[in-house]
Amino acid sequence: MSEGSRHRIFSRLHAATRQSPESVLQPPAMPIKTYSQKEKIERLKTLMEAMRTEVHLSSAKNWANTVKDILKKREVKSLLYAPRTAVGETLAHHWGNDAGDLPHLIPYEIEIEQLKEKVFTVEAGITSTEGAIAETGALILWPTEKEPRLMSIVPPLHIAVLQADKIHNSLSEVIQKENWPTKMPTNVVLVSGPSKTADIEMTLAFGVHGPKELIVLILED
Amino acid sequence: MTSHQPLDFEKNVSRALNDTQLIKNIKSAMATLVSKRKTIFADETETEQLRILGSALKKKALSNLPQLLEQLEEKCTQNGIQVHWAETTAEANQQVLDIMKSHGATRLVKGKSMVSEEMELNAFLQKHGIEALETDLGEFIIQLNHETPAHIIVPAIHKNKVQISKIFHDNIPDEPYTEDVAELTAIARKTLRQKFYQADVGLSGVNFAVAETGTLCLVENEGNGRLCTTVPGVHIALMGLEKVVEKLEDVPPLLRLLIGSATGQLITTYVNMITSARREGEKDGPKEVHLIILDNGRSKIYADPRRRQTLQCIRCGTCLSHCPVYNRIGGHAYGYIYPGPIGKILNPQIEGLRAAGVLASASSLCNACEEVCPVKIQIPDLIRRIRNESYSKDPTCTIEGHGYKRNPVEVLTWKAWQIINTHPLLNAAGLKILSVLGMKLPKIGPLKDWTRYRTTPELANKSLHELVKQHGVDHE
Amino acid sequence: MHKYPEKPRKVYYYGTCLVDMMYPEAGMAGIRLLQQEGVKVIFPAGQTCCGQPAYNSGFPDEARAVARKQIELFPESNPIVVPSGSCAGMMRHHYPKLFADDPNIDYIKKFSERIFELSEFLVHVLNIKLQDRGDPIKVTWHSSCHALREMGIIEDSKSLIRQLKNVDLIELQHETDCCGFGGTFAVKQPAISAAMVKDKTDDIRQTGAARLITGDCGCLLNISGAMQHDNIRIGGQHLAEFIWERINDQPSTA
Repeated sequence: MSEGSRHRIFSRLHAATRQSPESVLQPPAMPIKTYSQKEKIERLKTLMEAMRTEVHLSSAKNWANTVKDILKKREVKSLLYAPRTAVGETLAHHWGNDAGDLPHLIPYEIEIEQLKEKVFTVEAGITSTEGAIAETGALILWPTEKEPRLMSIVPPLHIAVLQADKIHNSLSEVIQKENWPTKMPTNVVLVSGPSKTADIEMTLAFGVHGPKELIVLILED
Repeated sequence: MTSHQPLDFEKNVSRALNDTQLIKNIKSAMATLVSKRKTIFADETETEQLRILGSALKKKALSNLPQLLEQLEEKCTQNGIQVHWAETTAEANQQVLDIMKSHGATRLVKGKSMVSEEMELNAFLQKHGIEALETDLGEFIIQLNHETPAHIIVPAIHKNKVQISKIFHDNIPDEPYTEDVAELTAIARKTLRQKFYQADVGLSGVNFAVAETGTLCLVENEGNGRLCTTVPGVHIALMGLEKVVEKLEDVPPLLRLLIGSATGQLITTYVNMITSARREGEKDGPKEVHLIILDNGRSKIYADPRRRQTLQCIRCGTCLSHCPVYNRIGGHAYGYIYPGPIGKILNPQIEGLRAAGVLASASSLCNACEEVCPVKIQIPDLIRRIRNESYSKDPTCTIEGHGYKRNPVEVLTWKAWQIINTHPLLNAAGLKILSVLGMKLPKIGPLKDWTRYRTTPELANKSLHELVKQHGVDHE
Repeated sequence: MHKYPEKPRKVYYYGTCLVDMMYPEAGMAGIRLLQQEGVKVIFPAGQTCCGQPAYNSGFPDEARAVARKQIELFPESNPIVVPSGSCAGMMRHHYPKLFADDPNIDYIKKFSERIFELSEFLVHVLNIKLQDRGDPIKVTWHSSCHALREMGIIEDSKSLIRQLKNVDLIELQHETDCCGFGGTFAVKQPAISAAMVKDKTDDIRQTGAARLITGDCGCLLNISGAMQHDNIRIGGQHLAEFIWERINDQPSTA
């Protein structure tokens, strides 16, 4: 059935382009606004905070401690993490010394079908990022087989670790510079804050379906 | 085609105009959207440059539509996304059903998809014992109330807080009555979380489909789209065939235009790009991804080079927000799934003029829509085209049902108007006669409608032609 | 937006059918303003209608026939001044579309480029300076959608009013909203049109203005008619007539 339809649809489309060919000139691309490294961090922080993200400036040495403090203060009991990523390894390493009032670490290493209840009841998830975009104030999440997709969307608290030198000027720039068309993963997600809606009387409300809270650690070194 | 009740537009308009609460809700919400858009596009020069680019990108993609669709299909298939073609909404519905049946699935969670509304998918699935649950908060609200969306972007905008509170209280068991927006949101989150968990299949729309990489782009603020396209084992994406763009690099400017126009944001909470099903070694994501590409009259619109620009639409909804008619009658009065200016040109072209041609009369041609359309569709020109084809039996007409409105009274009126206005002496004589009759013209037809709300127009004693002659102004 | 010529010796004047029939004094006021600036005004006698009513209603063939007749009346290269944003918009922006398939399209495009609305011509070509001799008055300005969006001249029109030092111009809160005339729209969808003009008259009343000034007679007919129907004692007047009265200290006839 689909085949017949496909044929008929394409017949009409091809006939139309033959009958009325159009040659369209593409105007130049929009200029990419460039920011200095300092401006990138500042702009990203400002835009994300305006969308109710909690942003911490940190370092490679300190971020895990910051995470521990954040989780202890919120009395988070469980944390979903990806053990085979650099973020996951560093995290696990820091957990060793301080079990007590830290959340229980849940590795996301098996298929969701075997871990669904845990993923849906865990209180927080922590992921790395592929980078970020200064122009619009968004993180780039690049899930892999080491760091699954649901980590950043199901738990009510999402913590993201971002290296400051991976903040790009714009989406156009990163697509070009990193040659995305040659290596698109299953899923890329840009994230600019915690989940929100204005569907009720145009009033802003947070935490509809995605995380209620997003915490970003920007590592300046 | 829809399984539609015939549109009684006049009745709908009358009902809407008398619904003061509806109009109050709509006007207030639209004013907010208009203001937000203005703020996010404050730099007029840059905005105009962006619109020119967006328009060109869509036009260029459309000029190569069949090639791009072929490329999209090839890339998607390479990546493991199964592509289906549906000429009609009935076919598309059946394809969704077949996919669900092949998995013995009975529970579907849906992200926002205007195409699915065009298909009347939920009703179809329900007939076949399948629960199709809306997860976007606005869609969720109207589904509880058995309504269709009133606006492309904010489906429940015609309802205020109190009305929504009642809908929740009447339909969601074991939850206390509340008018607090945060609490209402929490109730929705809790209720739908269970549904995401249990769903067999997730469904979404597509904002842009990239031919270069076989990537489906989706924008959203709530996160329900990501959940629908990641949690269940099967993901079905629905798109109109006009949604394909050529390259990944085309997406950023179009995103900026879409999001800025739709919600007045720089970027939505999430921009989701999906290129395949779960790959080897990956732990989550659907194992099966289907893309259903719907025609439903679009290829026929495409065939007419002057109507083709209708397909540039990226479904931002800003034309609705700026339309003085939409602001006074709301979305439901239009009777079809696309309201406002885009609805006035799209519905008649899809459904035929007999069914939906009347919508083209609901415009004062004020141009507010054209002024803000992010991809520069000349909506008023298309409204004129639809009006023309409504009356014309000329064989060059291409819209189904053309000439349906043709009647001797109007045809003769315009012919008489033409004769008078191409014969200046006749015109002068006619004016003289009218100015004498003036106040005594019978209040029938158009004059009756006019004088219901306004005093009768008075013709001057002397026309400008006469004054000009009197004052010795040169004629050449 | 538009390229303006140097001040010409002569201009053509296109009165428009509504001005001809219902507001001829406004038409004359426009002519006098141009003459006063030392420009010779030529009013081709055969002019009737720009064709917009038929064009908008879905009768482009009839519109073309009438439009062609108008174009023939302005053979020389003089600018053509039009006291209506709506008709000026029709002739400048829509004639090229209406005649897109016509063998004479190049000539018609050149014709369209000679079209100017009265306000923009007075401001940008004649650089008119107005001396207000009238008594203090509060007015508000309504721009037709075509003057606003197609011709882009709302600021030109308002700047003329602002030159009159005893005139207090209060802007409408919803200045860019359509008044609901839309030609045949007012009678094809009378209830919606009525809702729109009601909002417009409410907006006008809120300004506290004694008079509504506008550059388009379709809007004027619509809004004045609605105000009169509802016993709202605010006069409506065309911009040209208003200006002429103010600089000549003539009593108001509105």
